[in-house]
Amino acid sequence: MFLCIGTNMTEAHPVAATFLKNAVLNGAELIVVDPRKQPLVSFASLHVPIKVGSDIAFLNGVMNVLITDDLYDREFVSSCCVGFEELKAKVLEYPPKKAAELCGISEDLIREVAHRLAAAESCMLCYTLGITEHTCGKNNVMSTANLQMLLGNMGMECGGVNPLRGQNNVQGACDMGALPNVFPGYQAVTNPDARAKFEKAWGVKNLPDKNGLMIPQMMEGLVDGTVKAFYIFGENLANSEPDIAKVEHELSSAEFIVCQDIFPTETTRFADVIFPAAAWCEDDGTFTNSERRVNRVRKVSEPPGMAKPNWWIFRELAKRMGHEWSSASSQELWDNEVSVLAPSLAGIKYKRIENDGLQWPCTNEDHPGTCFLHQDGCFTCGLGQFNPVDWTPPAEVPDDEYPFVLSTGRRLYQYHTRTQTGRSGMDFLLPEETADISPADARKLGIDHDEIIKVRSRRGAFEVKANVTEQIPPGMVWMAFHFRDTCANWLTNPVYDPDTMTAEYKACAVTVEKL
Amino acid sequence: MTTGTIRLNGNDVEFEPGQSILDVARDNGIDIPTLCYLKGATPTGACRMCVVEVAGARSLIAACSTPVTDGMEILTDSERVHRARKLNVELLLASGTHNCLTCEANGNCRLQDLAYHYGITDIPFSITPQPYPTETDNPFIIRDFTRCILCGRCVQACNEVVVNLAISYGYRGADSKIVAGTDVPYFESDCVFCGQCVEVCPVGALVEKKSRYMGRPWDMKKVRTTCPYCGVGCQLWLHINKEGKIAKVTAVEDGAPNKGRLCVKGRFAYDFIYSEDRLTTPLIKENGEFREASWDEALDLVAEKFKELKEIYGPDSIAGVSCARSINEDSYQMQKLFRSVIGTNNIDHCART
Repeated sequence: MFLCIGTNMTEAHPVAATFLKNAVLNGAELIVVDPRKQPLVSFASLHVPIKVGSDIAFLNGVMNVLITDDLYDREFVSSCCVGFEELKAKVLEYPPKKAAELCGISEDLIREVAHRLAAAESCMLCYTLGITEHTCGKNNVMSTANLQMLLGNMGMECGGVNPLRGQNNVQGACDMGALPNVFPGYQAVTNPDARAKFEKAWGVKNLPDKNGLMIPQMMEGLVDGTVKAFYIFGENLANSEPDIAKVEHELSSAEFIVCQDIFPTETTRFADVIFPAAAWCEDDGTFTNSERRVNRVRKVSEPPGMAKPNWWIFRELAKRMGHEWSSASSQELWDNEVSVLAPSLAGIKYKRIENDGLQWPCTNEDHPGTCFLHQDGCFTCGLGQFNPVDWTPPAEVPDDEYPFVLSTGRRLYQYHTRTQTGRSGMDFLLPEETADISPADARKLGIDHDEIIKVRSRRGAFEVKANVTEQIPPGMVWMAFHFRDTCANWLTNPVYDPDTMTAEYKACAVTVEKL
Repeated sequence: MTTGTIRLNGNDVEFEPGQSILDVARDNGIDIPTLCYLKGATPTGACRMCVVEVAGARSLIAACSTPVTDGMEILTDSERVHRARKLNVELLLASGTHNCLTCEANGNCRLQDLAYHYGITDIPFSITPQPYPTETDNPFIIRDFTRCILCGRCVQACNEVVVNLAISYGYRGADSKIVAGTDVPYFESDCVFCGQCVEVCPVGALVEKKSRYMGRPWDMKKVRTTCPYCGVGCQLWLHINKEGKIAKVTAVEDGAPNKGRLCVKGRFAYDFIYSEDRLTTPLIKENGEFREASWDEALDLVAEKFKELKEIYGPDSIAGVSCARSINEDSYQMQKLFRSVIGTNNIDHCART
């Protein structure tokens, strides 16, 4: 069985979705929890169209039924988990009636989901940004983990909590320590032993001992003057961050911006210096996918003009700031530094991943890699910790002035801000953005399919073509951020989960105007 | 059905329950030619290329769709079998236009291989002209019905492998055609342009438009790499032509995690690297305009500025965002620069956004 919540896999991870569809054709059951009737729904035995941002209410409601009807995995909970009593106390505050009201679905549907989950031998839970891009994103994730632990669906091949990572190497960038709190391999910068280890390896003294800033904090620092210089490597922040007007004010406030990219973008306009970089196919290296599999990437041609590999640019800067680094190729960086310094990657060397990649943890060169985590309920931290959480609404909810909820995401035929797909012929398949609205709302507002309408939030407004579709429930507008002039991020709300600082791209209030 | 023994070309061999004649033969190193057979999909027995002789059977039977049973006696290499296969190839060659000269599949075509194998020089049947025009109205996939042998691999791939449910068999008899929806162009149908149909087409009926005239298969070098789009990490073969350019992308058949599958972006959205828009030289902004600069000048400028800011405001006055699209080694190097050279943990990337 699969429980897909907040994941439009068919469009955002199309090949992963093919395997899920194969399983459904072979008899597996699929439950899709999503406000939209997105493409996966046609393969589902149950579609649970919860309101945007009501995930925790739904999951707590399901757990309420599992506990009150005594359907949960008592053995797994008692032998592998801690904190059950606290979880029980919390989810008992969410009887199906209350949960159903918060989610805009029926009580029976919540009961039905709970009973089907309990009856399944195992269930794989998949989520994507529908879970994380909320002000309660961290709690949403905790809630999915609570459910899977309660059902005993952890530590097995067809179970677990499976986030589908959005970009080819977002997993790897985390693993490499491109995060303000950890060195490569998730070793905390606040840990003196970890600092000592990296000081020795890198031949430096006094590595910084407090966590650094996260992206939204960096950008706010550009305005208040605490951050003077901003080095943006391969990110188009001017389109990808919420509230473009705010983002552009922040970028224009910087004293000094360095951009390193393969194309001029809306973001490079703000740069003082632009470094031209090698692209995919112009350098050897590795990407790490959603399954923690480290795969090889290979060079087939030289970068154009004077463009250089990114690692080379960083190495040159280090040299000009007084540091000579010995590794002079991606393989040397991986084999001699990354895999030496990150214990979970210790067994992964280029020679071992010539063909299929290896999944970390892979702790020595004889280790076959790890297909799934927490085997037999043995969690990395020991016992699995239940983290009871309360539902909280999105920061901005529809009101009389802005009566629609805008939720955002990705479409199959474009990728993010179109820097790549916009230069690969994909515009033929998706030449422009649309505002997707329900037939009921279209009728109410007298809007025809393909009619140009105006969508407005407290942050911005633009004209865009209406796409009237049964996919969308009444009260919702759905858009992507692929096209500059009609980018959903002119409208989105720059509010963040307090811990993860992930923005609430999935919910803000807008109005739809017929022109 | 149980494990047992069959007699295959005079030798006793074991089989597992559920295996087809084709499976058992291939497990034992015996080649049976196929055109329609697609691993992982329900065998259809459509092309009849894999016919074999089974003792007691009245006619030749298709190896791909026939399960073995205990005690079966099978001949895969008899004269009767080869006569039937050759006749099959001749009939296929007579249906439509199988002209190899400018066919993209030349050198990578199962029908051409079989015609060569059976030494077919003259086709003893009149060639039936094929009535359907070639579809070229999208930038990615060409559907040349004159070369289609109706093997149905594309239908199996679309419906059973990637489950996009966009194409099926249409019409009947001599009018048969592989149709998208109600026989509309791919672009107007439910097709999502994953190109799995092209990947499995054994002839030149379905080809990648971008790769046309980019080079012959025997001139291509295949390089394995990982897709640069979503987090699935599909394994690709880049087909590199004599000029060193990517002529086309196909999936690594048995590679993890995608097992021979790709989506529209992985298969067709690779040529952005050749865009005229690429940044090719360091740029420095002066009086609001960018001007070209040497690496030395640009790098020195940035290094000096960072040193100056670090000196005046401290290392935490500098912040950086790494790239979740680029390789691990680049992110490693950037965080190392920030931590060990600049002296700040102000390094992040878009995992949170």
